[in-house]
Amino acid sequence: MQEARYDIPVVEKILSTNDQLAEENARRFDRSGVTVVNIMAAPGGGKTSLILRTIEALRGRLRIGVIEGDVASQVDSQRIAAAHVPVVQINTGGQCHLDANMIRGALDRLPLEEIDLLLVENVGNLICPVAFKLGEHRRVAITSAPEGDDKPYKYPAIFHAVDAVVINKLDLLPHLDFDLAAFRDLVLALNPNVALFDVSCKTGQGIGEWVAWLMDEDV
Amino acid sequence: MHELAVTDSIVKIVQEKGAEVGALRVTSINLVVGDWSGLVDDCIQFYFDILSEGTLARGATLCFQRIPACFHCRSCGAEFTPREYNWTCPRCGSLGGELVAGREFYVESIEVE
Repeated sequence: MQEARYDIPVVEKILSTNDQLAEENARRFDRSGVTVVNIMAAPGGGKTSLILRTIEALRGRLRIGVIEGDVASQVDSQRIAAAHVPVVQINTGGQCHLDANMIRGALDRLPLEEIDLLLVENVGNLICPVAFKLGEHRRVAITSAPEGDDKPYKYPAIFHAVDAVVINKLDLLPHLDFDLAAFRDLVLALNPNVALFDVSCKTGQGIGEWVAWLMDEDV
Repeated sequence: MHELAVTDSIVKIVQEKGAEVGALRVTSINLVVGDWSGLVDDCIQFYFDILSEGTLARGATLCFQRIPACFHCRSCGAEFTPREYNWTCPRCGSLGGELVAGREFYVESIEVE
């Protein structure tokens, strides 16, 4: 005999479990007085370099901690540790993004009460990290000029989701066809309130403006 | 690319809801997925066939309702679907707009026996 069939409304966001964990992380950050920035970019975009520049620029002004997300290896966390700030490496073991639960696990290994600004380096990827909130206060994307000025057309969701876009490797601009104005126009067309920074982590260009934005307490 | 984690969540949501209503099995799952959500239907289906094994959702049909991205023009108010390499408003020529659709990503309903 055929069983009766019923339609059951659900209307549940698929990643609601992650969202709940992210909210718990956010409450923990607020209790500890930590501002958290989620830094996303393609592999090789300059995430670790930007973090190292930021540590250097804010030394003596803010106490920084770092969470490094990579599929494998400790290479990045060793570079950060050499700059004498607390760092935790998360190896996702193949997963293409960090999620709120991984961050929660990492927090037990960080002296949160001694950190003002926690920089989270996400796994190098322009798609997956966008969907997973971590409990962060601000989201940042880095695009490096060699990647091309059409990046927003190809990966619109990340440019829509972030509070700032750092345009890195601008020291290479004379050698590239990257149209800086066209790139900026595209990002602003999607996200008019985004902060844009013209940066070279190689030369230090633009790092002052970037850290001034990070220091802004109106988060 | 994050379909494994996403599909795992789908199976958990469906299993929970199905158990809550006392279903013997879930026959179909209606998903709403925006074109700018970064998710691939075939990839979700692939993981679903593996992850739903041993749950109420085993053998259920996945139905995808795809939602195209839609811009609301900030200059003239027109709504339009951005083309691949062209985000200009077809009415006034402004670039881009407020994204009003395309990031959807939820289980709308399930059909159970």
